[in-house]
Amino acid sequence: MKLLELLGYYNYWVFAVVLTVGLYAVIRKRNLIKKLIGLSIFQSAVFLLYITMDKVEGGTAPIIQKGVPDQVFSNPLPQVLILTAIVVGVSTLALGLAMVVRIKESYGTIEEHEILGAD
Amino acid sequence: MIPETAILTAICLPLAGALAIAVAGRISPNLREATTLLTAAALIWVVWGLLPTLMAGGRPAVEVSEVMPGLTIAFRVEPLGMLFAALASGLWLINSVYSIGYMRGNKEKNQTRFYVCFALALAATMGVAFAGNLFTLFLFYEVLTLSTYPLVSHKGDEATVRSARVYLGVLLCTSIGLFLPAIIWTYMAAGTGDFVHGGILAGKLEGPAIGLLLGLFVFGIGKAAVMPVHRWLPAAMVAPTPVSALLHAVAVVKAGVFAITKIIVYVFGIDFLFATPSSGWLLYMAAFTIITASLVALRQTNIKRLLAYSTIAQLSYVVMAAATLKPLAEVGAAIHMVAHAFGKITLFFAAGAIYVASKKTEIHQLRGIGRRMPWTMTAFTIGALSMIGVPPTAGFVSKWYILAGAFEAENLVAVFTIIASTVLNAAYFLPILYMAWFEREEAGAKAHGEAPFAAVLALCITALLTLAFFLFNGPVIELESQVVRALPL
Amino acid sequence: MTFMEHLPALQVVVPMLSAPLIVLLQPRGLAWAGATAAGLASFAIAIALAMAVLDGQTQVYAMGGWAAPYGIALEVDAFSALVLLLVTGAGAAALLAARVSVDRQIEPERQPLFYAAWLLGLAGLAGIVVSADAFNIFVFMEISSLASYILIAGGPDRRALPAVFKYLIMGTIGATFYLIGVGLIYMMTGTLNLADMQARIGDVVALNPILVAAGFITIGLALKAAVFPLHVWLPNAYTHAPHMVTVFLAACATKVALYVLIRFDSMVFQDRLSDHEFQFTLFALPLAVLGILVASSVAMFEGHLKRLLATSSVAQIGYILLGASFVSEAGITASAMHMFNHALAKGGLFLAVACLAFHFRDLRLSELGGAARRMPLTCAALVVCGLSLIGVPGTAGFISKWLLITAALESGLWGWSLVAVILVSSLMAVVYIWRIVEALYFQQASAEGDTSFAEAPLQLLLVTWAVALLNIFFGLFPHLPLALANGSAALLVGGAP
Repeated sequence: MKLLELLGYYNYWVFAVVLTVGLYAVIRKRNLIKKLIGLSIFQSAVFLLYITMDKVEGGTAPIIQKGVPDQVFSNPLPQVLILTAIVVGVSTLALGLAMVVRIKESYGTIEEHEILGAD
Repeated sequence: MIPETAILTAICLPLAGALAIAVAGRISPNLREATTLLTAAALIWVVWGLLPTLMAGGRPAVEVSEVMPGLTIAFRVEPLGMLFAALASGLWLINSVYSIGYMRGNKEKNQTRFYVCFALALAATMGVAFAGNLFTLFLFYEVLTLSTYPLVSHKGDEATVRSARVYLGVLLCTSIGLFLPAIIWTYMAAGTGDFVHGGILAGKLEGPAIGLLLGLFVFGIGKAAVMPVHRWLPAAMVAPTPVSALLHAVAVVKAGVFAITKIIVYVFGIDFLFATPSSGWLLYMAAFTIITASLVALRQTNIKRLLAYSTIAQLSYVVMAAATLKPLAEVGAAIHMVAHAFGKITLFFAAGAIYVASKKTEIHQLRGIGRRMPWTMTAFTIGALSMIGVPPTAGFVSKWYILAGAFEAENLVAVFTIIASTVLNAAYFLPILYMAWFEREEAGAKAHGEAPFAAVLALCITALLTLAFFLFNGPVIELESQVVRALPL
Repeated sequence: MTFMEHLPALQVVVPMLSAPLIVLLQPRGLAWAGATAAGLASFAIAIALAMAVLDGQTQVYAMGGWAAPYGIALEVDAFSALVLLLVTGAGAAALLAARVSVDRQIEPERQPLFYAAWLLGLAGLAGIVVSADAFNIFVFMEISSLASYILIAGGPDRRALPAVFKYLIMGTIGATFYLIGVGLIYMMTGTLNLADMQARIGDVVALNPILVAAGFITIGLALKAAVFPLHVWLPNAYTHAPHMVTVFLAACATKVALYVLIRFDSMVFQDRLSDHEFQFTLFALPLAVLGILVASSVAMFEGHLKRLLATSSVAQIGYILLGASFVSEAGITASAMHMFNHALAKGGLFLAVACLAFHFRDLRLSELGGAARRMPLTCAALVVCGLSLIGVPGTAGFISKWLLITAALESGLWGWSLVAVILVSSLMAVVYIWRIVEALYFQQASAEGDTSFAEAPLQLLLVTWAVALLNIFFGLFPHLPLALANGSAALLVGGAP
């Protein structure tokens, strides 16, 4: 029973695992592009968290239909929030990649330790 | 002038003077020095104008700004501060005359900066003297430290910068590290930091905490040079002699002992402290400083360093007198500030004059110099006798009062210290006098005469003051007696 | 609605809408003028807002007329007004002074974009401060962060690029942590409005998610605020950024993150989580003390002027956090005051550095010999601001030191050891500031160097001196920031509405 209950929160487990994988990549990888990939994975985990919490069992899209009383809706707010967060994430990624391009231009490498050695 | 206006004028005048000097410095050196003299004279007029009010028992006060609730920048003139301000402003004029002779005679660089910083330091000194509460005192105390830093480091070479670092380091570290917490502690315990007759701490603190707070104050006020926070004083002797003379014999060190006396009298209250056993250590610390500094002075070979250690000992006279916690001794403390100021400034002027005329800085070089520089050495002799406390000099008067206070308190340690240090003072000054007057000059020495006229004039005036104070000290004593007599405040 | 009531929205809208307009203003002089006008306008709005909330009122603005908690609310109270003042003040002052310095560091054709990014950064920072909505704060935080990455990387120094990359990674992690925390709270309370959260959190039964949220939010914001030991991105980013950008960001960027941290911890969590005060103190106090001591010691041995000042910022952030960690009215007052005063002192110092950079390409202390002779006014301004950083009486820095020590003494038994920490670090500040002074005033100029009198351009110098004088002014008359700081403290921990 206890175990099942824990497993029942599987989407939270996925969130935690994805988060950790992302964070690991950010910290461990030396290649700047791979770091950014890690950062993206890390952010995606949060999207999962928000999507998870808005799901209401049996809920539909929050659109009021004529003649259907007492509809069960999924909470639309987290979806809206996460849309915004995705936009933010994409901008950050774009900016990060732009930085990588400029680093490549001026240092000739995108390996972190080589850059640190260069100055 | 209304006394309240006079207080603010006394602080703003040197500031305005500094500005005027900076401008005048770009035009011509003569104009710059005329501005300095004019400012100094005007300051005397303003400050001394306050004397009658004080003598009549008035206590003019003015509040400038309430920085934070309970924390105000306020000024209040009382006898101790009045004496200090009158002394510093009076000697500034004489010192400016001397400075002109010294700086020109020595062809020093950056003279404008020198005069500007000097005026700033005087403004800070006035602020310290007239401070009406601990916060204001601290504010101007730090301004004084910072404005004298460029004066100490005036030469700008590596050794000077290193000494100036010691100077600033010791003074800032002690004031921020000890003085500031002491002030905050006082404000928190008493709810105020105002200087009030009879003190503000009675009943607010008890037991060893009082001794600890006193310690924070005494060692936090590094300018008083109680051992072991005396290191900055010998270091500051790298400064040009007028700086050593006015600032390190009068304004800066006196600001230190003045602050300690003021705190003992107006923050702790002498009766309150006398009843507190945990405050007794201060007297012994001061006695220790007197004896040790005198012993160190015995071994000095450089004139200015000898004078520096003598100053350390003399300052602790004031601290010890204040710590005796008896009315007569408190008066003695105040008078000793004046007496020592006259004597020590004469000695420094003489040392500077010798340097300008002959470039001599060591004691052993002084053989026979009395014949070449009779005026200077006469003044030096008077100053030295005052340090020892021989009548008819100023030093005798103050020692008399301090000794009387010590007897009143029945404190044999204080009595013994005064006697022992008098012997020691004689032991390091008399050989110099003997050497200068009675020994023969080394063969092949360069011929030289007196220092520039301005310098000699200044040191003769201070020497005369040293003698005059022995005879005409009535008003000063009367004024300072008000400190310990219950007067409406 | 009257004009006054729109001010909270205008605070964000003015710089934000000016940004695209600036891009259209192609001649670079015009771009600068436009940006400066927008910066000054926001500063004026901030002053008006500060005056409006001085008596303890809160200005609430419902975006689009939708009332909270359904709509997105903007709120300006004493605390936000104080931080707004320093954000827009720093922005406006830096922009006023920026033209000549930016001309040297940014190519003309990129300048309109540079100024646009600057205004976006300003809008983002102001947005964080006025938002009363947790998610909105996140969005504005990212706007300001993205803008500041661009600003820092915009200069000619290639070392800025890896520094920005590191900042970007750590900043994004911080923001994401914050987002996770906000999500968890939303899950438990169903609201994003801060005031609503505070009210509803009382009904939450299962407290574990809230506790986790508190952890995520605190650490995320600590990353953004460069709290020791999460500060590693800061020194390099500030050192290699264009000089004027350093002025702007060093004065206010990290403080805004601290602002959110203090607001969250003392408004949302404190009421509900039992022992939260204790936990917050346990978390923040050691970090603050370590940050103060370690960063000050590092600064004492730092040889590069800009990095020295940047490192000292980490220590100063420690002071702000230390004040907050007392969770007392006195502590928050000290904290808020130090935000303001440190912005003044550090802003002034970096402005002086920007002046120095006109004639000294290499800003290592060993290369600055003879600076005082060449640029006496700049060096004097630097000394004044340095004294304020040390906390010499009569300067702004002294006021916050005094408040901080008073707060520490009030906090009981540990108080005296904290006082010792504050005093020791002040003495360390004496050491590192005096190393700069000696380098400027007494070090021999390098042999081939020019020694003629050559002050920085008047425009830059005037702003520098204005800030230096403000350091003294607010040291003697700190009434305005103090009233706001007292108001903040009453609001956050004093239980005032």
